[in-house]
Amino acid sequence: MSVDKSTVARIAQLARIKVPEEDLDALADELSKIVGWVEQLDEVDTEGVAPMASTAEGTVLRQRDDVVTDGDCRDDVLSNAPESEKGYFVVPKVIE
Amino acid sequence: MSEKNLIKGQTGDWEVVIGLEVHAQVIAEAKLFSGADTSFGAEPNEQVSLVDAAMPGMLPVINKKALEQAVRTGLGIKAQINRFSVFDRKNYFYPDLPQGYQISQFSDPIVGKGEIVIDMEDGESRTVGITRIHLEQDAGKSVHDMDPISTYVDLNRSGVPLMEIVSEPDLRSADEAAAYLTKLRAILRYLGTCDGNMEQGSMRCDANVSVRKPGDDLGTRCEIKNVNSIRFAAQAIEYEARRQIEVIEGGGTIDQETRLFDANKGVTRSMRSKEEAHDYRYFPDPDLLPVNLSEEFVEEIRASLPELPDEKKDRFVSEFGLSAYDADVLVAEKAIAEYFEEAAKGQDAKTVANWVTSDLFGYLNKEGLEISESPVSAKQLGALVGLISDSTISGRIARDVFAEMCASGKDPGDIVEEKGLKQVSDSGELEGIVDEVIAKGTAQVEQYKSGNEKIIGWFVGQVMQATKGQANPQMVNEILRKKLTD
Repeated sequence: MSVDKSTVARIAQLARIKVPEEDLDALADELSKIVGWVEQLDEVDTEGVAPMASTAEGTVLRQRDDVVTDGDCRDDVLSNAPESEKGYFVVPKVIE
Repeated sequence: MSEKNLIKGQTGDWEVVIGLEVHAQVIAEAKLFSGADTSFGAEPNEQVSLVDAAMPGMLPVINKKALEQAVRTGLGIKAQINRFSVFDRKNYFYPDLPQGYQISQFSDPIVGKGEIVIDMEDGESRTVGITRIHLEQDAGKSVHDMDPISTYVDLNRSGVPLMEIVSEPDLRSADEAAAYLTKLRAILRYLGTCDGNMEQGSMRCDANVSVRKPGDDLGTRCEIKNVNSIRFAAQAIEYEARRQIEVIEGGGTIDQETRLFDANKGVTRSMRSKEEAHDYRYFPDPDLLPVNLSEEFVEEIRASLPELPDEKKDRFVSEFGLSAYDADVLVAEKAIAEYFEEAAKGQDAKTVANWVTSDLFGYLNKEGLEISESPVSAKQLGALVGLISDSTISGRIARDVFAEMCASGKDPGDIVEEKGLKQVSDSGELEGIVDEVIAKGTAQVEQYKSGNEKIIGWFVGQVMQATKGQANPQMVNEILRKKLTD
């Protein structure tokens, strides 16, 4: 499978990464090669094999008790925010 | 499918097809993957852990209670419990989603197919299929009206555990959708897995609506997002169905899109559709192992299930002889069912049911009170019915006593004693009064004798007036009939 220019533009948009138009061709080429390399896995017969949800099968999911042990640390939470006010994160307006 | 649900258009009848997705906040102290508090109404960002703020390197750890609650809900709707399920990442960008993805469940949800039976007002029952229930994180809250050029973000809700309960497209009218939501909410409340409080956002509903000519394939659907009351859901569906019919009959086609319900205007509006269709690129969250539930875990929860509305209704019918309709009304809310059972202890249950559904509900509605705020306790209402049953007071006097109970909170026995309201059942005394009334009403006696039996009501009224309503009505009737026929 080859990745074309419009696909690169689309996945860049989905990932919110700005890619200049002149870089799209080179990236399409590069990504096609990566996908092509991974596609070698198609040679393996996976008929009847359930999809794997984790590479750590056999390990048990750790669970926490339903107890409040965290939070109440607003200053820490907001400390990296470029802008905050009245305890809120402040971001550019996202609706018109 | 019943005819009455069809909507008349210019080109004939239309059928509306509805599927609902309900987001129900799981009752739990802490969040789905962190130890932060889930309670409502805190100051912004006070209930946020570094996990909920998606600080680099922070790892999610599942709250065991959320798994229990999802399984409990699944068992409550007789659904298949998937002992193996997987958490996936649903990828999209929005300022109130700090991770850049929502942890949800996609191909392997914790609960599979189930069903909910809804009872319509005409006495008909319908079974609505549940497709699945999965667990997921709530997002934060964006506030758009605090500043003209900025959006304010509060992450208190970020990571709060939600169950998404998805129905099959089995609903055929706005009324059925409302009945479904009401029933689902009752079940969640009985189970104690969601408080069902739609005003506070702990239960929200997305409605998928399409229309078709009966027998045709499904039409193109529109999704109405985030409706926050049952009444609004019904209004939104009704409006949307008629809108779609109008578009199609006008020669147009329906675009599959997301719409919002404007409660003030009672209309649905298209959300800006210029952004491209969502592509969530789900994949298993590598930070979380799959969920494996043991049989004991599931069975322990099954063993602790409370009596649910349907079972309670059946019992009220078989044990107390109530009508299906009355039983349905009484089990709609757990608190009402409990009140009724307490009041009915040792009393005539049918009479108690009548008092609860007519007089008590009437009073509570008028005053805007919940059953938990009733000035008349269940025991007191039971005692009032007891006074009627043993003929201490008549049903008519009981209404006055009830009004006094509502006003003062006193016991009915005390009120009857203080005000001297005991029924007059002394036949000698009553006969004397009846004689006086008959002597006064010679014209009415003539009418009765010439065959107008209904006139007896006039005599009863006179006797009641003379006794301030305290005469035993049955005895008055008997004495009157005897004396008038003599």
